[in-house]
Order: sequence, then structure tokens, then C-alpha cells
Amino acid sequence: MATSDEIFSKVQEALVEALAVDDDEVTPEATLVGDLGAESIDFLDIVFRLEKGFDISIPRGELFPEDILTSADYVVDGKINAEGLALLKERMPFADLSGFEENPEVQEFATQLKVQDMCNFVASKLDG
Amino acid sequence: MRWFWIDRFTEFESGKRATAVKTVSLSEDHLHDYLPPLAAMPHSLVIEGMAQTAGLLAGEHYGFNESVILAKVAKVEFQGFAVTGETLTYHAELTSIDEGGARAVVTSHVGERLHAEMEVIFAHADIDREGAGGGLFDERDFAITLRTLGMYDVGVTESGERIQIPRHLAVAEGSANAS
Repeated sequence: MATSDEIFSKVQEALVEALAVDDDEVTPEATLVGDLGAESIDFLDIVFRLEKGFDISIPRGELFPEDILTSADYVVDGKINAEGLALLKERMPFADLSGFEENPEVQEFATQLKVQDMCNFVASKLDG
Repeated sequence: MRWFWIDRFTEFESGKRATAVKTVSLSEDHLHDYLPPLAAMPHSLVIEGMAQTAGLLAGEHYGFNESVILAKVAKVEFQGFAVTGETLTYHAELTSIDEGGARAVVTSHVGERLHAEMEVIFAHADIDREGAGGGLFDERDFAITLRTLGMYDVGVTESGERIQIPRHLAVAEGSANAS
């Protein structure tokens, strides 16, 4: 059973390789998009590395619930409504969505994700 | 001019690995002005050839029912140039493949000499339109290309059986009837 340090260290390695950043830039509070410069295509690279590194399977939409973020039921004027937000929280218990909650612009969603959220996600997958 | 940067598959194991060759020839006139008098193959075209090897491997796995898009060259390193008269051997291994995309590591060799190594990510785009590549290119042309590249001459499944051309491409090339 991996410890949180082991998880962090492997997630850090995946991000260093995928985003071509230094070890010390990858802190738990660093945002993938803002601080580490991740672009949308990098997320596919990161997901593949995490799958291989932890021997887990991450189906499309599990990390980013695209179906909620693109649904007319939950997105009004480019913002997620209360119902959508509740569903997001349910689907993403690993993520700290407090920042997103204050300004739930769909465009900004990806920018909120932090390294710690990724670690929590991996831990929840490993726990099964 | 068509955008072919591999000549032929010499090995093809569906969903796993493929080897293709590319002969560098002075009759490719874009080599004349690149680094004269060295008639060298530009690295960008080697990258494209390696990507075609891996991309067709990724595409075949789902029967060419979706668009395989070269999304990211994660890493590439070259050891010198390949020059006219040499044959490049590209070897691709799929390290990950699912409905979202694929990741491959590809090498380029001149005989025993390592020429380049690359890690590449492909995205599988959702198709709204029917046909290979979501209707972005002609299916008959594509079927002919795959035949020319020898995919169905050397291609095998994991268990060693010959791979078959997908039905929608067979219909397009006229080797099967639309039902």
C-alpha cells in the first residue's frame, strides 16, 4: 500500500517528465495550469504516466468530468450552476473545489487543479 | 505531393508494435537545399515518419473508426543526421492505448546505429461524421495507402492471425460489397 509520500513522489516524477519542469517547482499547492504551465494536451500525457506508474486505469472523464462541464443542464452563460457544482463535488471528492466555487467559470476549471488534488485522486484509486 | 514519410511496414502487431522503413533518396528534392552539400533528411520529417508509424499502429487498433491526431511530441533526441543512400528503420511500441488516445515510444535506426528516440502522444478525437478520420479524407485513397504500406501483408494480431482490412475500408476500395 503506497504511502502519501510515495504517491507524491511518483506524481511529482510524472509531472516533471510531462511538463518539463524542475522537481522543486512541483509542490502540493502548485496549480498544474497556472504554476506548472500544463496545457490541455499535457493532461492526456499525465494520465497515461499515472496509469503506468501506479498500475491503475483512469477512464476518460474520471479526472475531468467533461460530461458535466459541457452539459446545458449544468452550464449557464459559461458558469456551472449549483446543481452542476454539487454533482462535480460528488464526482471529484479528491479535489479542493473551493476556489472554483467562488468563480465557477467553466473555462477556469482546469486552472484550479493542484498537485495535491492529483495525489488525492491517485490515493482514492489505489484505495479502490 | 503526398505526405508519406514511411515507405513500408516490415512488422506490424496490432495494438502493440510496428516497424517501418524509410529510404532516404536524392530524388527527394527538398533534401537538396537543406544543408548542402550534406544531403541530410530534416529531423522534422523523421519525427513525422516516426509519428506515422506509431499513429497508424494506434489507428488500426480501433479499425480506423476514429481520428488519430498527433497531439504532443513529449520528448525527442537525435544522434546526428541520416543522409541519402541510408535506410531508416522506425520501430514504435504503444505503451498506452485507450478510447481517449495513445502513447508510444519510437526509435529510428540506421542499421545498428541509433539515430533518434521519441515519446509521442496521440489523441483520439470524437467522430461526428462517418468514415475513416471522421470523413476528413477519402476512404478509398486511405485503403490503397494502407495496402501500399504493406499493413495487411505483414500485420498480425496478438495471437498471430493475419489482421483484416476493416469492412468500411474494404467497401470503399471495392473488395467488399456494401450490405
